[in-house]
Amino acid sequence: MSTPEATGQPLLELRGINKSFGAVHVLHDVDFAVYPGQVTALVGDNGAGKSTLVKALAGIYPADSGEYLFEGKPVTVNGPKDSADLGIEVVYQDLALCDNLDIVENMFLGRELHRGSVLLDEPEMESKARETLASLSVRTVKSVRQSVASLSGGQRQTVAIAKAVLWNSKVVLLDEPTAALGVAQTRQVLDLVRRLADRGLGVVLISHNMVDVFEVADRITALFLGRVAADVPAKSVNHTQVVELITSGRSGEMGIAPATAAQSA
Amino acid sequence: MSTEVSTPEKASTPSSPPPDEGNGGESLVQRVVKMQAFQILLVLLVIVIVFSTLAPNNFANFGNARSIVLNASILAILGVGMTFVIVTSGIDLSIGSVMVFSGVIGAKAMIAVGGDSWGTAFVGIGVSLATGLAWGLFNGFLIAKAKVPPLIVTLGSLGMALGLAQIITKGVDIREVPQVMQDEIGYGNVVGQLPVLTVIAVVVVAIGIVVLHHTRFGRYTYAVGSNEESARRVGVKVDRHLIKVYALSGVLSGFAGVLFLAQFGTTAIAGQTQTNLNVIAAVVIGGTSLFGGVGTIFGTVVGLFIPAVLQNGFVIVGIQPFWQQVAVGAVLIAAVYVDQVRRASAARGGKSTRPSLRFGAKKSSPVEQGE
Ligand SMILES: Nc1ncnc2c1ncn2[C@@H]1O[C@H](COP(=O)(O)OP(=O)(O)OP(=O)(O)O)[C@@H](O)[C@H]1O
Ligand SMILES: [Mg+2]
Repeated sequence: MSTPEATGQPLLELRGINKSFGAVHVLHDVDFAVYPGQVTALVGDNGAGKSTLVKALAGIYPADSGEYLFEGKPVTVNGPKDSADLGIEVVYQDLALCDNLDIVENMFLGRELHRGSVLLDEPEMESKARETLASLSVRTVKSVRQSVASLSGGQRQTVAIAKAVLWNSKVVLLDEPTAALGVAQTRQVLDLVRRLADRGLGVVLISHNMVDVFEVADRITALFLGRVAADVPAKSVNHTQVVELITSGRSGEMGIAPATAAQSA
Repeated sequence: MSTEVSTPEKASTPSSPPPDEGNGGESLVQRVVKMQAFQILLVLLVIVIVFSTLAPNNFANFGNARSIVLNASILAILGVGMTFVIVTSGIDLSIGSVMVFSGVIGAKAMIAVGGDSWGTAFVGIGVSLATGLAWGLFNGFLIAKAKVPPLIVTLGSLGMALGLAQIITKGVDIREVPQVMQDEIGYGNVVGQLPVLTVIAVVVVAIGIVVLHHTRFGRYTYAVGSNEESARRVGVKVDRHLIKVYALSGVLSGFAGVLFLAQFGTTAIAGQTQTNLNVIAAVVIGGTSLFGGVGTIFGTVVGLFIPAVLQNGFVIVGIQPFWQQVAVGAVLIAAVYVDQVRRASAARGGKSTRPSLRFGAKKSSPVEQGE
C-alpha cells in the first residue's frame, strides 16, 4: 500500500477498521483519512464496501474493531447522533429524506429548533433553511415548504447537502450523489462539492464516474473487496491506474499484494 | 398541514428564485383547498345543508346538534390516538377492547374503594388510564421491539383484552358507577347546555393538534411514518417513538373507557365491537393516509361527524338508518381513492403503482444494530 502523503492533520481518521455482517467480512483493516479543505474520492467496484464504510463513519453500523479519531482524538461513534454531534453530515446513497415532510422539516429533522421548551419554532427554521439554500446559490427550489417528494433528484441532493452547510459540519460524506443525475444537475452538485471543500470542510465523495472523480478530488482512496488498495493524491495517478485499482486491486507498484487480494476474494 | 397554516408563505423572499417545475409556489388558500380534510369538511357541510333543508325543524336545532356532538365526543378522544398511530403507518385494532377492559378495571377499583365521592371517581379515572397505558405499552413493545406487524399485535390484544374483561366480569356488565361521576361528567354541563364530555373531548383534541403539528414528538411521528430508515439515520429513536405512540393510543382508550362509564353507567362489554373500525374509518375519511406520513387530527374530527350526522339525519328524515352504513362505506372508499390519486400525482412522474400497506409487515433491515 502506498503511504499517503501527509497533508496536515486529518480531520477524521479511521485505523484498522473491520466490519462483518454475520459471516460476511465486508471491511478488512481499513485505514481511511479525511483532510480539511480537501475532497477525498472513495472509489471501488459494486460491493467493495464503500457504503458500509460511510455507515461505519456515520455510526449506523459501528465497526467491529479499529480506531476512530476525530481531530486527532479518539472518539466512540455508536449512533447517528454521535457522528452528527462531531460535525459529520452524511448524504446517503438512497438519500434517506422523508418524502412526506417538506424541505425545512427534512433539514431540521432530529435537530429541530424550539420556541420555548415544547413548541417548534417554524418561522426560525424556515428562514434558516432559506438562508442556507440561498448561500449555496440554490435557485431551483421554489418554496422551502414544498414536500421533498415533489423535488427532482438533483434538488433532493441539494437539500441533503444543504443540511451539511446548515449544521456547520466539518466533514461531509456524499455517497454517489450524482448517480441518478443528468448533466446539468451533476454539474451543480459537483460545484457544490467543490464549494464545500473551499469552505474548509473535509469532503468524501463516492462515485463510479472517473471524470467526476478527477474533476473534484484532491485525494483518491480505492477499495477492493473491502481492503484499501490505494490512498493517493489525485494528481499522482491517472484514469487507467484508478480503474485497475478498482477492478483488480492492483496497478503496477500500487495496490494490494496478490496473495492478500486472493485471500479476500 | 396545520404546520403549514401556522407559517404562511412569505410571499416575496428577497432571494426569491425563479419558478421551477415543482408545485411549490402555491398560495396558502390553494394548499388549504387541496387538503383532504378541507374537502371532507365541504362534504360534511353539504350533508348538513341537505338535512337542514329536508328537516328544518327537527334536524337543524340546538338540541339535535348537541346530541350529535355528544355522541361523537368519546370517539374523538379515540380518534386522536388513532391518528397518531396511522400517521406512523401503523394501526390499532385494540382500542374498543382496551376501552372495555380499562372501564371494567376502573369500575372494579371504584367498587373496591367504595363510596360515591370525587375521591372514588379519581381512583377510577387513574386506574383506567393506567390500564389503558399498560395495553398500549404491550402493543408498542411487541410492534417496535419484537417486530410483529401492528395488524397482528393489535388484533391479538383486541381478543385478549375483551376476553379478559369477560373473564373478570363473568360476562355480566358492571353497573355500579359513582353517582358523582355520572352526574358531573356523564350528564354534566359546563355552562348552559355544553356537555362536560364534549369539553373534555375538545381539550384532548386541541392538545392532540398542538402535539402532532407543533412539537418534536409530532414531527417524529410523521418522519417515522414517512420513512422509518431516514428517521433512524438522523438519530430518531424509532422503536421508542413507536412504543410511545401506541402507549398514547392505549392511554386515550383507557380514558375513553372511564368516560363511557360516566356517560352510560355501564361497562358495555359487548358494546364496542365496531368502535375500532368506526374510528379507523373516521381517521381515513379525514385524510390521514394508511401509508403513513400524512394526516391531521382536524380531519379525523370532521371524519367522525360524517357518519354521526348521516345516522342522525337519516333517522330524522325517515330513511332507514341502515343506509348510513352504505353511505359511510362509500365515503370511506372514496376517501382512500382520493388519497391514492393524490399520492400517485405527488410521486414524481405520476407513477400509479400501488404502494403496499406497511402495517401488514414492518420492514426492517437485515442487520439492525438496535438503537
Ligand atoms: N446490512 C447488511 N447486511 C448484510 N450485508 C451487507 C449489509 N450492507 C452491506 N452488505 C454487504 O457488504 C458488501 C459491501 O456493500 P456496500 O453497500 O458497502 O458496497 P458499495 O461499495 O457501496 O457498493 P455500490 O457501489 O454498489 O454502492 C456487499 O457484499 C453487501 O452485500
Ligand atoms: Mg454503495
